[in-house]
Amino acid sequence: MSEGNILEQAFRWLNDPLNWQGPDGIVALTGEHLGMSAVAVLIAAVIALPLGVWLGHRRRGGTLTVVAANTSRALPTFALLLIFASTSIGFGNRPTVLAAAVFAIPPILTNAWTGMLEVDADTRDAARGMGMSAARSVALVELPLALPLIAAGLRTATVQVIATVPLAGLVGGGGLGPIIITGLATRRFGEVVAGGVLVALLCVLAETVLSIGQRLLTPGPVRALAKA
Amino acid sequence: MTTEPANPWLSWSYVQDNWADISEALGQHITLTVQAVLIALCLALPLAVLAHGRPRVAGTVLGIAGILYTIPSLALFAVLAPFTGIGRTTVLIGLVAYALLVLVRNILVGLEGVDPEVRDAARGLGYGRARMLLRVELPNALPSVIVGIRLATVTTVALVTIGVVVGYGGLGQLMYRGFNSSYRAEIVTATLLTLAIALAADLLVMLLGRLATPWARTGRAA
Repeated sequence: MSEGNILEQAFRWLNDPLNWQGPDGIVALTGEHLGMSAVAVLIAAVIALPLGVWLGHRRRGGTLTVVAANTSRALPTFALLLIFASTSIGFGNRPTVLAAAVFAIPPILTNAWTGMLEVDADTRDAARGMGMSAARSVALVELPLALPLIAAGLRTATVQVIATVPLAGLVGGGGLGPIIITGLATRRFGEVVAGGVLVALLCVLAETVLSIGQRLLTPGPVRALAKA
Repeated sequence: MTTEPANPWLSWSYVQDNWADISEALGQHITLTVQAVLIALCLALPLAVLAHGRPRVAGTVLGIAGILYTIPSLALFAVLAPFTGIGRTTVLIGLVAYALLVLVRNILVGLEGVDPEVRDAARGLGYGRARMLLRVELPNALPSVIVGIRLATVTTVALVTIGVVVGYGGLGQLMYRGFNSSYRAEIVTATLLTLAIALAADLLVMLLGRLATPWARTGRAA
């Protein structure tokens, strides 16, 4: 099999309208992929954001966040996925979403924590001095200032999750991963390349959209502050 | 299939009975990691040095690295497989690509972070470009380089497992085999060993780093 041949196959596969339509088409699979990723990031955010914000506000939990960040790097998501799939959680999308969520917790946690921790102590004092309660100070002063870092953490987590969800193909789940896995199993390498390119494009696209979103969401004064 | 309870998560007899397989996978895992990090380091050093001091080149290198990093490992191995074949080379190329990104970024940060006054002092002593790099800038960047190597090593250890899709996953091989035959002890043993390698490698690089930067231990705070 020559190289041009494989690229040609991939191109032809991507150009076949039949591969885009229907319940197993690229459009449906991309939708499923994004849905799984969204649920994973949501689960991670629900756990990690309040925890990170609270710990950062209380100026505590440094060890916890460092340990979380380090283990996540060392623990293969693949192993976690297989362990989940071997329990009563079962095969398919559920273990994948859970494994991806575990994987997404550390970046969200550490960024929320760092963001809150880095809020200037004088600023916090000023907020309290003006008679703000701790909760109001968090909501109106500290969170907006920490927002750029929190958003960056969510962005990293999302892109990582989109890149991790294809592993679902190994445990009978959905999304774009099965295109790659099936292609490898049947030695139809054109499909393998096509699937890989699709996932990679989705990651780059998500990164771009989220970075634009982050810029739009950052309050104007904070943006000016970051530039200075 | 009738012996349901005899499928524990941890089993010492599994380790004893399958030590040949385990040690082979362990060896594969370690050699893949070491090779990938060493090759990546050899490539990253000149790249970072090249980009250092040229903001435009540095921006481009980091930009490309950032985009490459968003490509999922599974997709990267899959896209490489048709061209480099199913096997060790494919996994190694993928691993080197990821380690490279981490290393270039850290080396570059280290080089850019060298105190300008230190650089001025060296220039005042008549240091040329090459001598400045070797005697002043690189040693000063060493702590950041070591952090980069630690990060790259630990990430690579975890990443090797994905190599299973092209047939060379080290301990990932055992994990997947255990999964397919629902042999829980095999999955968990391989996972624990992967964590152990990551931990041991991290400590080793940290210790080597300490030996290489004796000044960092003594007079840093002063």
